[in-house]
Amino acid sequence: MKYLLLIIPCALAVAVPLYNLMEPRLFGFPLFYWYLLTLIPLSSLFIYAVYKGEGR
Amino acid sequence: MIDHLNWPAAIVFAGFFLLVSVLGFVAAHWKRGDLDDLHEWGLGGRRFGAWISWFLIGGDLYTAYTVIAVPAVVYAIGAYGFFAIPYTILIYPLLYFTFPRFWAVTHRKGYVTAGDYVLGRYGNKWLELAVAFTGILATMPYIALQLVGMEKVIEALGFEGQGVARHLPLTLAFIILALYTYKSGLRAPAMIAFVKDIMIYVFVVAAVIIVPARLGGYGAIFDAAGAVFETKVAQSGGKVAAGLLLAPQQIAPFITLAIGSALALFMYPHSMTGILSASSSNTIRKNAIALPAYSLVLGLISLMGYMAHAAGIKVANPQDAVPQLFLKMFPSWFAGFTFAAIAIGALVPAAVMSIGAANTFTRNIWKPFVDPEITPKQEAGLAKLMSLIVKVGALIVILFVPTQFALDLQLLGGIWMIQIFPAVIFGLFTRWFSGIGLLAGWAGGMILGTGLAWGPMAWTPVHTIFGTGLAAYNGLLALSANIAIAAVLSLILPNDAHDETKPADYLDPAADELMV
Repeated sequence: MKYLLLIIPCALAVAVPLYNLMEPRLFGFPLFYWYLLTLIPLSSLFIYAVYKGEGR
Repeated sequence: MIDHLNWPAAIVFAGFFLLVSVLGFVAAHWKRGDLDDLHEWGLGGRRFGAWISWFLIGGDLYTAYTVIAVPAVVYAIGAYGFFAIPYTILIYPLLYFTFPRFWAVTHRKGYVTAGDYVLGRYGNKWLELAVAFTGILATMPYIALQLVGMEKVIEALGFEGQGVARHLPLTLAFIILALYTYKSGLRAPAMIAFVKDIMIYVFVVAAVIIVPARLGGYGAIFDAAGAVFETKVAQSGGKVAAGLLLAPQQIAPFITLAIGSALALFMYPHSMTGILSASSSNTIRKNAIALPAYSLVLGLISLMGYMAHAAGIKVANPQDAVPQLFLKMFPSWFAGFTFAAIAIGALVPAAVMSIGAANTFTRNIWKPFVDPEITPKQEAGLAKLMSLIVKVGALIVILFVPTQFALDLQLLGGIWMIQIFPAVIFGLFTRWFSGIGLLAGWAGGMILGTGLAWGPMAWTPVHTIFGTGLAAYNGLLALSANIAIAAVLSLILPNDAHDETKPADYLDPAADELMV
């Protein structure tokens, strides 16, 4: 069941209407860009969480 | 020919190129193994731990072509080019979920390619042939495109020439690459990947700090790019969709292209070769956690398309945008360094691709259909020879075929590659599908995918789904048909072919088993 955690970053990545926006901007980056760039390390954290749960 | 050569850049470039060429030959002695065995030559003896795999797979998947092409699309039309980011977010959960099982079964059964696995699982050598054929077909144009990436930076160094002389440096580079791949096998790109990836990280960090500092910050960069797109859209009378955000009609293609590309990626022979060379299932899991670092780099490289606009770079061919940006923003020697990083970035995937295609040809076409009695030594010899032939073929494509054709073939390659997804990935979890059903599904998917791309608008990557007004990536539409055909036929035809794998073969090997 822990594998369901893997679906979350995938869903966030393809939920385009959620992030196809300019505002709010962060360090000059429109939301579209900082959202996607932040999601990359976040997806890694989700995979790490599943890895920690392996064999339990 | 060299009257306009940028000497400082060219010397730095040549120096790094020389360094990796030496490494490529030295690699034969690294983690010593019998290079007359296909497992050793073609998979590095499956001895690459988490670190080496990280460099190798990263260097293998994020190719020079990607580094040139993605910012080129971003430069040309903006947000749509960023499909590469959701695409690279999707691939790692998928890798984590599926490839530890794939690694385990290939390790236990001595499989080297996807075709080997499919034959073992479904006992159908025509399905094996289909999988092998698809992989080789899709890999050839991909190798050719690596050369395009390399040629772009050689041009940017100021090298010019007429006719065949224009391709002289490229030809030379490729001959060297072919020779050390022949000698060292997968060890060569694995060792070169260290240099390449460190160089890419250095230039990206420099670029994302120095360029915005000189152009007035990221806010100014985005605003400048946004203004360029607004002008472009206005001039086209609203026909061109370009901008910092996706136009409504771009959203469905954006999503489906990201999903389709993600499903296709690990089906390519070079991805399989890179991943199967890992030393354990856990090495793959750790890499699924750590490889997104490369996606972050790709995201930052993509932004260079916008930086080029802010720096006032105007080029007819968007693929020249990033090289021109470097020449304008950096001292010559550093521009030479970045170009070397990109060119070396082409060598790693080109080497792995030719090895992947060679392994596939030897194991899944030559052995079953031409010479079943082939010895392991002859097998390795044939694969080495094939790796040369594949590279010469790619070089000929670049020398004599218009680049646009290679680009179109590469787009088609993605569509073709997804068609083996059901056979390979579904097979890891269930044997419900039958070989004949999967084969028919593959054929249907290949025909539909190619047919959809063969529209009156030349090769369009997306197609409108009938009646919905939504456009979707051709590859996904074809995959749906593929799965439907496979499911129906598996339901009605008996599924009694021999399966040489057992459920336990897909689980992680115990520690003592790994020592063998």
